[in-house]
Amino acid sequence: MQLALVHARYQLLEIIRIPVAVFGSAFFPAASMIFFVVPFAGDDPVGATYATASMVTFSVMSANIFQYGVGVAEDRDQPWNPYTRTLPTGPAPRFAGRVLAGLALTYLSLIPVVVIGATLTAAQVTPAAFLLALCTVAVISVPFTLMGLAIGYLLPSKAAIVVAQLIFLPLAFGGGLLSAPGDAPGFIETIAPYLPTRGAAELMWAAVADYDVEPMAMIMLGVWVVLLAALAGWAYRRDEGRRFS
Amino acid sequence: MTLARAEQASRRYGDVLALDRVDLEVRAGELVGLLGPNGAGKSTLMKLLVGLRRPSSGRVELFGGDPRDAASRRHIGVTMQETGPPSTLRVGEVVDFVSAHYPDPVPRAELLDRFGLADLARRQTGGLSGGQRRRLAVALAFVGRPRLVLLDEPTTGLDVAARHTLWDAIRAFHDDGGTVLLSSHYLEEVEALAHRVVVIGQGRVLADDTVDAVRGIVGVRRVSLVADDLPDLPGVVRTERVDGRLHLLTTDADELVRALVTARTPFTDLEVRPTSLEEAFLAITSADVPADTGRPTTAAAGGRPTTV
Repeated sequence: MQLALVHARYQLLEIIRIPVAVFGSAFFPAASMIFFVVPFAGDDPVGATYATASMVTFSVMSANIFQYGVGVAEDRDQPWNPYTRTLPTGPAPRFAGRVLAGLALTYLSLIPVVVIGATLTAAQVTPAAFLLALCTVAVISVPFTLMGLAIGYLLPSKAAIVVAQLIFLPLAFGGGLLSAPGDAPGFIETIAPYLPTRGAAELMWAAVADYDVEPMAMIMLGVWVVLLAALAGWAYRRDEGRRFS
Repeated sequence: MTLARAEQASRRYGDVLALDRVDLEVRAGELVGLLGPNGAGKSTLMKLLVGLRRPSSGRVELFGGDPRDAASRRHIGVTMQETGPPSTLRVGEVVDFVSAHYPDPVPRAELLDRFGLADLARRQTGGLSGGQRRRLAVALAFVGRPRLVLLDEPTTGLDVAARHTLWDAIRAFHDDGGTVLLSSHYLEEVEALAHRVVVIGQGRVLADDTVDAVRGIVGVRRVSLVADDLPDLPGVVRTERVDGRLHLLTTDADELVRALVTARTPFTDLEVRPTSLEEAFLAITSADVPADTGRPTTAAAGGRPTTV
């Protein structure tokens, strides 16, 4: 555990030394806040709160898909990674460190969205709801972390960047993150419950406002977590087999 | 006491047999040089010994245990052939990171000083020169006060001064009782550091002896002369023509000269010289292939059989 923290600390150091990398995952949701949420839903407390929660979900998704997808794929290219395996510890601390660092960066990337939501819109949450939302962020990170890990362990880094970019926008639109709950175009309302982004967004909405989650979206979120965990686990073992057996 | 051992260890990558039934024992206090050309299997053997790879057959042991158990690696230090630390981390941070894995690490300043890196502690590793990065990689092998260090081509890409700094550090470690297994394709390096040489070629151990003995085993001599055409000569392992002179590497110079004379070949300016370890080593590597394809089973110059 001690070592997991050490690994997390140095992985964070590594990333934070390139501020653009941190800035990148925060940019798109923050820009969406400024261009779409502030002008269109900014004055309506309920609408702005939902929209901010949607953007937080968006941010969580893109931060996780990118940092694990691209980060793991790049790591696999580096000779430093096998070197750490010669140290007197197994692969677990490095992996745990990566997840801890990932979570920390995810929270970091949420700051702009939350600050914009709080200052430029009428969005409001109670302190209890805010705390609940913080915990929900960790929960909804799970499917996207697994998705990122699967991409990172399956693909070489150049392909991982492309796949991450191809995936994250359709997931955001398709899950209805760019519209108010129940207000998305018809076909999106139809497919949304089947995407992991929708279930994640509904959990966020329920955390910050008076929203009843749709059972189908929750079931599908569970199915996604199981599927993605299986895929990520398989990809991890395949990579271990190729490089370390 | 044996610190590292390979027993009939083979390793296959797909269709390629990288290691072929290798036996190796590294005992406490030894400084062993692992010598072989690129692709001979040195790095694969190192990877097996530090637990990065599993043998396809046979076994490897580190301090009596499986190298893949973290506990077996507690007393080793490793420099792999490629070790680029994260480029945004500072030199001092990289040392601290590795130190965190050991109960009683060498203090950072002391370690950096020993490897001539003291001035670079605050530099990001991405800004280091290739040689500086290599020295850092080697220094990291010594952070945890290891009993055995495994260094895979530690001085590749270093200039002469930096290489000597490293050699001094490796010698000092050995003089304090440390055990070293070091691979190299620089023969000069193995001659300068090692007491025992293990020659590897095409995945097999070709020789395992003292530096002097490895020279003696092959007993390779360089016979050079000026001649137009040569008959088939016994024991020739390599022929080169440089500026009109023929250079023949042979395991038995006496027999070769006798055959040359018997065949009444016209030649001038005959010279017979001992060879460098490099030539000896090339001779064993290439002699390995035609070992029993018609070469007369004469004794080598040293009086020992030529087949290794």
